[in-house]
Amino acid sequence: MGAPGPGGRFGEFGGRFVPESLVAACAEVEEAFKEAWDDPLFHRELDGILADYGGRPTPLTECHRLSVKLGVNVLLKREDLAHTGSHKLNNVIGQALLTKRMGKQRMIAETGAGQHGVATATAAALMGLECAVFMGDVDMKRQELNVYRMELLGAEVHRVSSGSRTLKDAVNEAMREWVASVGTTHYCLGSVMGPHPFPYMVRELQRVVGDESREQYRRLRGGADPDVVVACVGGGSNAAGTFAGFVETDARLVGVEAAGGAAIARGIPGVLHGMHSRLLQDEEGQILEAHSISAGLDYPGIGPEHAHLAAMGRATYEQADDGEVLSAFRLLAEYEGIIPALESAHALAWVVREAGRAIPAGSSVLVTLSGRGDKDVAQVRALIGGA
Amino acid sequence: MKVGPLPEGRTEPPTLDAGSSRLEAVLRARLNGGSKLLVPYIMGGMSHDWLEVAHAAVASGADALEVGIPFSDPMMDGPVIQEAALAALRRGTTLAGVLDDLARAGIGVPIVIMSYYNPILRAGHRRSAGMLAGAGVAGALIPDLPLEELGPWAREADRAGIDTVLMVAPSTVGRRVGAITARARGFVYAVARMGVTGERASLGSDATDVVERVREASDLPVCVGIGISTPAQAIEASRAADGVVVGSALVRRVLDGGGAEAAASFVGSLRAAIDRI
Ligand SMILES: Cc1ncc(COP(=O)(O)O)c(C=O)c1O
Repeated sequence: MGAPGPGGRFGEFGGRFVPESLVAACAEVEEAFKEAWDDPLFHRELDGILADYGGRPTPLTECHRLSVKLGVNVLLKREDLAHTGSHKLNNVIGQALLTKRMGKQRMIAETGAGQHGVATATAAALMGLECAVFMGDVDMKRQELNVYRMELLGAEVHRVSSGSRTLKDAVNEAMREWVASVGTTHYCLGSVMGPHPFPYMVRELQRVVGDESREQYRRLRGGADPDVVVACVGGGSNAAGTFAGFVETDARLVGVEAAGGAAIARGIPGVLHGMHSRLLQDEEGQILEAHSISAGLDYPGIGPEHAHLAAMGRATYEQADDGEVLSAFRLLAEYEGIIPALESAHALAWVVREAGRAIPAGSSVLVTLSGRGDKDVAQVRALIGGA
Repeated sequence: MKVGPLPEGRTEPPTLDAGSSRLEAVLRARLNGGSKLLVPYIMGGMSHDWLEVAHAAVASGADALEVGIPFSDPMMDGPVIQEAALAALRRGTTLAGVLDDLARAGIGVPIVIMSYYNPILRAGHRRSAGMLAGAGVAGALIPDLPLEELGPWAREADRAGIDTVLMVAPSTVGRRVGAITARARGFVYAVARMGVTGERASLGSDATDVVERVREASDLPVCVGIGISTPAQAIEASRAADGVVVGSALVRRVLDGGGAEAAASFVGSLRAAIDRI
């Protein structure tokens, strides 16, 4: 997974479909990131913060009891153990450093589950930047605790009441705010989506997940690679970062979308949020609302590089429904003592369903556990009942 | 899917060079007559009486009319036009439906469609351009389709004789201004401020600068838009420019239930103001 082609294309997907007012800002981010990514000092600073502050490298955990139960060998890349509880920190530390490099003092972000918002607020606090987070009204209700966390971290949380009042509308509102404040403000996009260079930049900032996993797996298994590599896909950043580490190996790459937001299975090529990708849309080109138990996967599109990997056949994209996800959530808690984020539970749910079927018995499966489930406990309790 | 009139059987599409723009010709004739240009914006299908509003705007002095196609995710728009888009979508408004209405309405001035890219892309470039031409539309403005991505649409628009209006923003500098104006047809849309559509207390301080940059690069008519809300702002904006585009301030009056009467009186007040220059 190298740099995109001219204009930020991954095959036919990607590009930069933004109003003229934002073209210069996207070009500035592209230029600044290119310079930073070629600068060993930038990498030293980024890696240092991710290690000393973020807790990297995160472990690779072999799931002994779950593996016996499923008949396949399951290993988890533990992004739940990174600071703030998900992979989102990898991206925002990089973009916060870039914000300072560009001489800006403020970051804005969209958030669905609240994890990207919390991570951005965290990075802003760490580096003394101002921070505003846009979040759909529906998501603020299902992720109340994350709203409070962001406020504790000094961020302003803006309630978004337009459209479906979830992630897609939070992105619209953040884009609108960016147009008006672009001189002082960086838009810290939370996934491998949006206009060029965001899909490329966020994947590069997340490739640490895949690069670490590959080395850890090889060390553990005498130089071998896993048979299957699995990650959940909302916009697709934890999956893109994971796949980047394995795309040159023989591992089968599988992204798991929420059944109610399956942009690869049911999406049609179109343009939204600055990118050409697969989108849930009607025949008039109006964007449809995604539906998922997990706020972080409630998105009608997918990052353009995933649309390209799917078209090339290098990765496949599967689905898990809400019921399967809840079962997998409980299974991991009961068998391994790990409560996963509902987003990450999608990746597990596919493994649980397909072990011994699409995943032959005895295979080795590396699953990126993108985040921890503390934020979801109240919601799950309400859904399945319990003490 | 409902299909608008298609240029079926048209084997050789008419080819137009930059000089033969219908929109530009009409606007130039007005300018040569000593007038400034007034281009009101209305969201297609936003209310049962939107065509009456359109007629009222023309009768009250519009030189051209911008007609919005509603989109679920209007990234360049503030609350008023968002609300109008939502209202239009709730009424079942489609691209083909708006074009059918316009084709029948006999609006007496050139019409410029303002649509986000996805509805155009979904219908297909050639088909959309043909539908616009078939409805008698003169131009199109696609705010999320910048110069670098314009090619596939612009080729079909040119073939169908649809003028693609392009924006120059406060952040557009250097050679890019000329590159945009060279590809623009009809008129150049000078963005008055960094921000989305919506009424503002004052004209953006960038407006005059943007107009001057466009003037240095191009002879096309230049209209200023984004945020122009009052007759006084219209006067200020059209001193340097050839005219103004006024959207949210008109759309709000229609959303408030003022109908054709409120539209006529507001557009009339803008007309009277810029005629005093
Ligand atoms: C824990 C977790 N995993 C995954 C996602 C989905 O994002 P992405 O597909 O970009 O990794 C989110 C988004 O909020 C998340 O919080």
